Amino acid sequence: MHLRKREKPFGIEKPVPAKGELIIIEDRCKGCGFCVEYCPNAVLKISESFNSKGYHPPEVVDEDDCRYCGFCQLVCPDFAIFTVEKESEVVEG
Amino acid sequence: MESVQIQQKEKRHPMENLLRMDRMPHIWCTGCGIGNAVSAFADALAILDFDLDKVCVVSGIGCTGRVAGYIKVDSFHTTHGRAIPYATGIKLGNPDLKVIVISGDGDLVSIGGNHFVHAARRNIDLTVILVNNFIYAMTGGQVAPTTPIPAYTTTSPFGNFETPSNVPQLAEAAGAVYVARWTALHMRRLTYSIVDACKKPGFSVVEVISPCAMYYSRINKLGDGLDMMRFYYDHSMIKHGEPTDHLEIDYQKEIIVGKFVDRERPTFSESMKKWLEG
Amino acid sequence: MNEIDKAFLTGTHHLTGSQACAEGALSAGCRFLGYYPVFPSFDIVVRFAERIREVQGVLIQMEDEISAMAAVLGASWTGKRAMTVTTGTGFAQMAEHIGLGVMLETPCVIVDVQREGASEGNPCSPGAGDMMQARWGSHGDYEIIALSPNSPQEMYDMTIKAFSLSEKYRTPVALMTDTAVSNMKEQVKIPDLKDIKIDTRKYYKGKKEKYLPFKYDLNDLVPPMVDIGKGYRFHVTGLTHDERGYPVMDDACQELNVHRLIQKIRLFADEIVDFEEEKTGDADVVVVSYGATSNDAIKAVHQCRKEGIKAGSFRLKTVWPFPEKKIAKLAKKIKRFVIPEMNYGQICLEVERCARGDAETQFVFHAPSKVGESDHITKLIQKAMKK
Repeated sequence: MHLRKREKPFGIEKPVPAKGELIIIEDRCKGCGFCVEYCPNAVLKISESFNSKGYHPPEVVDEDDCRYCGFCQLVCPDFAIFTVEKESEVVEG
Repeated sequence: MESVQIQQKEKRHPMENLLRMDRMPHIWCTGCGIGNAVSAFADALAILDFDLDKVCVVSGIGCTGRVAGYIKVDSFHTTHGRAIPYATGIKLGNPDLKVIVISGDGDLVSIGGNHFVHAARRNIDLTVILVNNFIYAMTGGQVAPTTPIPAYTTTSPFGNFETPSNVPQLAEAAGAVYVARWTALHMRRLTYSIVDACKKPGFSVVEVISPCAMYYSRINKLGDGLDMMRFYYDHSMIKHGEPTDHLEIDYQKEIIVGKFVDRERPTFSESMKKWLEG
Repeated sequence: MNEIDKAFLTGTHHLTGSQACAEGALSAGCRFLGYYPVFPSFDIVVRFAERIREVQGVLIQMEDEISAMAAVLGASWTGKRAMTVTTGTGFAQMAEHIGLGVMLETPCVIVDVQREGASEGNPCSPGAGDMMQARWGSHGDYEIIALSPNSPQEMYDMTIKAFSLSEKYRTPVALMTDTAVSNMKEQVKIPDLKDIKIDTRKYYKGKKEKYLPFKYDLNDLVPPMVDIGKGYRFHVTGLTHDERGYPVMDDACQELNVHRLIQKIRLFADEIVDFEEEKTGDADVVVVSYGATSNDAIKAVHQCRKEGIKAGSFRLKTVWPFPEKKIAKLAKKIKRFVIPEMNYGQICLEVERCARGDAETQFVFHAPSKVGESDHITKLIQKAMKK
């Protein structure tokens, strides 16, 4: 009997989480806060800065936490934020 | 990867090909849920992969009525309450078109109530996305047929005492073949409901419970759009297939969401075709 | 026989005014009728319904007149020629959508079979109480085209003309008739398809991306139209809009949009206006009439001439735009206008306005029960000319 190596459960590659990159179109944002509130990984926070209409757009806290779920893109009523998939890094065992 | 880089450079939101970008930013307030309904609709169109040249959006008057002006398909911004008969004329004039009516609660259930009931009775092949914010927002926050008791509005300054309409019950009783309700935060479920409603031949209604940040929530001191959205989502309970007479919305109480009606009936066009052929 | 040929009953037929109107619509290519049943316009629908299977058209009884007109506007945008039929009570309800039709520049025809009286009135009696409503019924500033036939043959011809004008000027056109004309029966001649002259809406032929729904031609103020579903991705709204069809709320846009819609008809009124003059060259008194009344008015004119009174007849075939210039010119030559109407004075106000005091105007109430009789008009003219 030999131990299964943790890095390859069931003989397949360890799953690599998707990573996303956030693009915020600041001048379209109306500062509603939906994206900040409903991001499952708390990637965003309301910034202190203003956009040209006087709203506080969101800003990224830590982009590494983004898992490219796409919910901010879906829930934004102003089409002011979207994600693109980052090239996933291979996790070394 | 190259396409991603281009996206980044041009900062083009993936839904931009479906929206009239020359009119952005749109007129809806901070924290308004209509943008969410449009986002879900745009997503649904992408999933459905319809020929966008054959999609036609008709809306009435009101905040939700402005939706037609922002979607990049053949669209009509018609008179108050009459989006459904206008859409009926379009659908019967060219049955190959996919006609969608997007309008508000006051527009579709108050002044347009008669047309709502008859189009459902006839089972005209239309998809109706009814954004319900419990108030007439565009005209200044007046009481609507969907305003719960005893909410304050500009025309119910001592609290509303009229029994509100139960939209899914009305739709089912009139004969709609697909009735669903979601809040503006149930984005993915709403998107898939719209997909199902569009695919289904006949009169389908998807009700979207949306916050009204400027009037309903301010006059009733319910916080801002986000607070209302949080409330609606946290107090919503998914109960698919629930009998529609249980679906009244009381003031700041639980909202039952889900898919309530999904049945088969011959559409108006099918019946008329048989009649024309003799 | 193909579908288009089946729509044409070329030949001579014994038809009522209503039937002739339905046949006229079918000959003009109308394939959509959205209506609400109301007496006395219902006979037109009956004929259309009898023929609709042969022509593969669409007939829908809507839940009210408001939705009937809305459905007609929607169908027109799909490229179909669309029509609705109603009476005064329904016409009043359609007012808002006539305004929308003007604003969206939608070709369509509304047949108003008038009946007597305000409100429900006397449904079985003919009347002419909607003549002003045709022009001013809807809200805001706009112009409309309204025709007035006086016989079943004219019902046929004018229905085709109504569609032609609506397509050419991209505007709703009202066909103002009444129970008397719609129940008259006579031999109606239906020509061959190739002999019908009817305009078709101007279609845009340029690049799809460059399409602007309300960019108009300077020589006729009419923007080219497209059908829904052809990939133009246009947006139109009833709000005051610019060339792109997007709402813009300022004075410049009001000028560009609403004033242009008015000028689209007013500047070309001379081409649209149609009338029939008889013996006005040397007349002292001219009888201005339209619709069912005109048959009796013309009889009165002939009777007066026999008795030596120099009477002439001016029959309005288009009531709106009103033939202002012609009336003003006649007013300078003659002594008096006599205007018999089946109402308490509507078009007589227009005649008086256009005469500008150059001739006297006298209104005659032509009672519905007196349709077919002309003595009272003759007597009034005699009495008036003796003074």
